[in-house]
Amino acid sequence: MAEGIKIAIVGGGLAGLAAAMRIAEAGHSVDLFSVVPVKRSHSVCAQGGINGAVNTKGEGDSTWEHFDDTVYGGDFLANQPPAKAMCEMAPSIIYLFDRMGVPFSRTPEGLLDFRRFGGTKHHRTAFAGASTGQQLLYALDEQVRRYEVNGKVRKFEHWEMLSLVLDEAQVCRGLIAMNLQTLELKAFPADAVIAATGGPGLIFGKSTNSMVCTGSAVAACYQQGAKYANGEFIQVHPTSIPGEDKLRLMSESARGEGGRVWVPRQAGDTRAPSSIPEKERWYFLEEKYPAYGNLVPRDIATREIFQVCIEGKGVARENQVYLDVTHIPAETLDRKLGAILEIYEMFVGDDPRHVPMRIFPGVHYSMGGLWVDYEQRTNILGLLAAGECDYSIHGANRLGANSLVSCVYGGFIAAPAAIQYATGVQRNGSNGSGVYDQELRKQQEINDALIKQRGKENQYVLHQEMGKWMTDNVTVVRYNDKLKETDNKLLELMDRYKRISINDSNLWATMALPHARHLDNMLELARVITLGALNRNESRGAHYKPDFPERDDENFLKTTIAEYSGEGPVLSYEAVDVSLIPPRKRDYSKAKQEKQPDPAAPRPSAPAEKSRVQ
Amino acid sequence: MSAHAVNQKKSNRVPPKTVEIHIRRRANPDSPQYWEVFELPYRPNLNIISCLMEIQKNPVTKEGNPTTPPVWQMNCLEQVCGICTMVINGRARQSCSALIDNLEQPIKLEPMSKFPNIRDLVVDRSQMFDHLKQVNAWVELDGTHDLGPGPRMDQEEVQERYSYSRCMTCGCCLEACPQYEGDNYIGPQAIAQVRLFNMHPSGKMTRDERLEGIMGEDGITNCGNAQNCVKACPMGIPLTRAIYEENRETVVHGLFGWLKS
Repeated sequence: MAEGIKIAIVGGGLAGLAAAMRIAEAGHSVDLFSVVPVKRSHSVCAQGGINGAVNTKGEGDSTWEHFDDTVYGGDFLANQPPAKAMCEMAPSIIYLFDRMGVPFSRTPEGLLDFRRFGGTKHHRTAFAGASTGQQLLYALDEQVRRYEVNGKVRKFEHWEMLSLVLDEAQVCRGLIAMNLQTLELKAFPADAVIAATGGPGLIFGKSTNSMVCTGSAVAACYQQGAKYANGEFIQVHPTSIPGEDKLRLMSESARGEGGRVWVPRQAGDTRAPSSIPEKERWYFLEEKYPAYGNLVPRDIATREIFQVCIEGKGVARENQVYLDVTHIPAETLDRKLGAILEIYEMFVGDDPRHVPMRIFPGVHYSMGGLWVDYEQRTNILGLLAAGECDYSIHGANRLGANSLVSCVYGGFIAAPAAIQYATGVQRNGSNGSGVYDQELRKQQEINDALIKQRGKENQYVLHQEMGKWMTDNVTVVRYNDKLKETDNKLLELMDRYKRISINDSNLWATMALPHARHLDNMLELARVITLGALNRNESRGAHYKPDFPERDDENFLKTTIAEYSGEGPVLSYEAVDVSLIPPRKRDYSKAKQEKQPDPAAPRPSAPAEKSRVQ
Repeated sequence: MSAHAVNQKKSNRVPPKTVEIHIRRRANPDSPQYWEVFELPYRPNLNIISCLMEIQKNPVTKEGNPTTPPVWQMNCLEQVCGICTMVINGRARQSCSALIDNLEQPIKLEPMSKFPNIRDLVVDRSQMFDHLKQVNAWVELDGTHDLGPGPRMDQEEVQERYSYSRCMTCGCCLEACPQYEGDNYIGPQAIAQVRLFNMHPSGKMTRDERLEGIMGEDGITNCGNAQNCVKACPMGIPLTRAIYEENRETVVHGLFGWLKS
């Protein structure tokens, strides 16, 4: 090929940067798009750690055990081969970050230290203080900056992808992006596009997600024909700090390091928590789940906390329970949880070393996302996806500390797959450069119409209404009548959207027009989530319907696929690959049983024998 | 002030009925700055971001005049991404962690003054990322293929590196530094990153390139030892220690570095 391969990556979090690094390392060119400087991506928020079964604690851990925990935690909805591949790659991913200089916490011998996290009985989570996501993101940011200096990576920060450029054969030829200062639109040709745009938390109004996590770019891909899978699986984190502007995460590591969840046995007890004696405290997770106690997986912890509060047993009868770490020595807390406890202190004003934290569940993560095959390729030729914006690894529920590893894994698989595709692709179908002009014009017309539009509706009010409806009806507990009502509400909001006025007459660096574009896209994705939930009459992982409390493998051991049509999402179902571990009942009140040992893997295996980064 | 003391102070104070916020605005880089005053009802546990969000919804000044919504930057809202930094009551800090209950009213919001002002409270801090290029702020890898674990390190050393590695490129140290202005001084942020990588066993191997990045005209010798940076850093990074250590390293490199070539 005369000219080198060029791959566009949308999103500069862990997945996008991992892919960018690999593509640049292979000698190819990357255009990297991000709405914020990549170092400020949402990956910085991940606190707890990154999973990898290195088995340095002599516990007989193995990548197979990690795989089994992942699949079991995900309630068997994940296709098993990619989950297995991720767990096998995980130790080498951690070692690579170690070589890049991530300041992982150490053992007395100077080895990487590992902690326990929810949904496992092994010390499998490597961590850097209590800001592991920040540290991993910075490591990749540094490596990608190196390639930026070499000219292999061009960054387009403060540029937002609006749409893909598809040719007449529905092949992806690049994208249209908007400069967020000037609102200039530009077409960027590319041999392949990797979407690494993160989650859609803002659909729920307030969530633990960063403000860029609108899901807007992914929703644009969906409206252009990309399949969206398992949208209804939204993880609600059991422990977040309620706030006016967002729900701040209290990492699962607080439970991992021994944090205990409780409420006063006497509902409405007004005493200070420290003056409530031990026997008058109800440690409801420990009582109901003796095997895992406070370390049950997120969906279970969330539902139990939610239930306790709904029954009026929350602290001060409000939507809050105690997450208590006051019994842990202050030195241990500072060393292992310093940063997350500081967050609480900073935003609430109480010192959690002495006063139990007050927490409540908050929308946290989307297991669903763009449908991809085992090489991260979507159904649109030339479009790949990696990270939270793809659906592939976590099934019906994600285990703590599996997100960072899945992001990097996704990026590392997408990179060679994109290169391979781009190497063989013929450029610019029959229409040549015409496809770019056409899509550019279309996007410009959408902007122009929005700017001209005058109506009585307020874009921020619509967003707030959507968030409230979605949070109330499409999170922890779901009822079909409420889901139906929510969908009707979304249709109403879509109609009212046609009558919004962009509330900023100064278009230079405005926040209003981009927000209006996000809102449009978020509404489309909200319907996918809501209707996916409506149609799935069972309970599985994060998806819980009291009217259908059991998992129904016969009818719903299937991936939900949503495809866009003018009349709304068209749903279909695809079989899940459960070829490696037969589904079994998920029951965290007992220690995990009936696990299927990997016949091929000698256990315990030494770290050096772990599978290689590809 | 400890959180406890803050709470004491909070509970002793009669909550105000309203929050008055003065915002120093600018329509675009070519137009002049001006002040606008906004007022909203007080609620407990507000931060600057939630106030800005409320103003944005229906932008009307205190006098009742409709205006354009103020523009600012925000992302994580957990004080880890650094993007929402602005000057609040005269001090550069993150607006997400600035709680109304702890601020004197009327609250004054201004954009950082050491960076080009794009609009309202938004500034362009890309020079900070350029400085990271100038000092080769990375470990040179042989490749990203699997070469097993990295070097063993003791926890104490890791903890010092960790403190440098928490830098979120927010720019508070540069805003506070009397020496930092335009291109004349690379500033504490980049120097601390030199320290971060020069401490690492593999990073050390390319130490000289990093040192040369801070030995030019805009280099470390421009530090005037005001020590404002370390007080301004929201992450508690020991910036003056980094400057001290790197100053020493550059002196040694300046004296004996030529012997290597």
